[in-house]
Amino acid sequence: MFRKSDWTDQKIEVIIANLLRAGVTLAAMVVFTGGVIFLMRHGKEPAGYHVFTGEPSNLRNWRGIVQAAFALRARGIIQLGLLMLIATPVARVAFSVFAFVLERDWLYVGVASFVLLVLFYSLLGSAM
Amino acid sequence: MNNLEFTILVGLGSFMAGFLGALTGLGGGVVLVPLLALVFKVDIRYAVGASLVSVIATSSGAAVAYLKDGFSNIRIGMFLEVATTVGALFGAFLATKVSTSAIGAVFGIVLIYSGYLSSRTPLDPPPGEQPDPLATRLGMNGVYPSLNGPKSYFVHRVPLGFGLMFGAGGLSGLLGIGSGAVKVLAMDHAMGIPFKVSTTTSNFMIGVTAAASAGVYLSRGYVDPGLAMPVMLGVLAGSLSGARVLARTKTKQLRWVFGAVIVALGVEMIYGAFTGKL
Repeated sequence: MFRKSDWTDQKIEVIIANLLRAGVTLAAMVVFTGGVIFLMRHGKEPAGYHVFTGEPSNLRNWRGIVQAAFALRARGIIQLGLLMLIATPVARVAFSVFAFVLERDWLYVGVASFVLLVLFYSLLGSAM
Repeated sequence: MNNLEFTILVGLGSFMAGFLGALTGLGGGVVLVPLLALVFKVDIRYAVGASLVSVIATSSGAAVAYLKDGFSNIRIGMFLEVATTVGALFGAFLATKVSTSAIGAVFGIVLIYSGYLSSRTPLDPPPGEQPDPLATRLGMNGVYPSLNGPKSYFVHRVPLGFGLMFGAGGLSGLLGIGSGAVKVLAMDHAMGIPFKVSTTTSNFMIGVTAAASAGVYLSRGYVDPGLAMPVMLGVLAGSLSGARVLARTKTKQLRWVFGAVIVALGVEMIYGAFTGKL
């Protein structure tokens, strides 16, 4: 009734947990750094989110975000951190594919690969 | 209000949202969007964008604490993610086509309905009941730790659960929430998975589902760094604290708190949508 590979599953879960923690910690540190710079430069300016204007086009795709971050623009650095955060679950699914290959569980290799393809389509297809 | 004051207040509110989200398996988003839209008067599209990003932080951050307890089931999660990610893409494209008050109204309905469902007694399958043969073939049955040692469980009604998960993904993409409520309910009520396993597996799936729609939101300019920064950091800190408390909390109390909070927010959102405040 139960899979023989339960122990391996446990091991995979621990690795995934650490992968997620590393990704989130890194992303949070980048967002925090950008946030401190943002508040130092713009802390006294009025906050205005009541009216929707949309973000400038360079903060809408990963190339523009990376350029803005390396130009040390505060909002660019925060956006880079957010992009890293979005990439974290993608990395988890990618790792799951690899882990299921190690377990020789071809059914779940297929399942996880499909999920990975959908994520790539969303991130690369629309945010290029 | 200047940016510094706004950041501090939103950060504190987001901390509470993340704490509650992790405790209930809802994810922070379901509390966040009403908080930002109703209290801080943020345009709902910015609120949805910031929420979606923070939902990923909630899920990934809390997963560390959950996974070490051995509560979640990666096979159930991965299989159902097929439905949630496709649904999320669909929902995200839909979100760019409808008005903000329509999003607010749908949000309110979802909150009230989730609150109503969560208040019902969970249908725990009687011991010895036959599992769905499909669940057995998919290797979904598992074991979770309880006070009386490891307890095994079987998974039921896989196709119904899968269908509900497509809906959960669609709502996640449309409303920028994790749809934890719908995910938990699909797993508890339809598939008969124990509450703590469904809560943690749901939390585990939320990040992947949100990532599927996040790309669409980012490219539409719905993710504002100045707003998303305090929201994401606050929610993350809150969710980590909430996950620590989860293992010590009784699920029955949890359901009542969970139900009451989301119904109240649902009423507020619908009121806001119809009075043009969103």
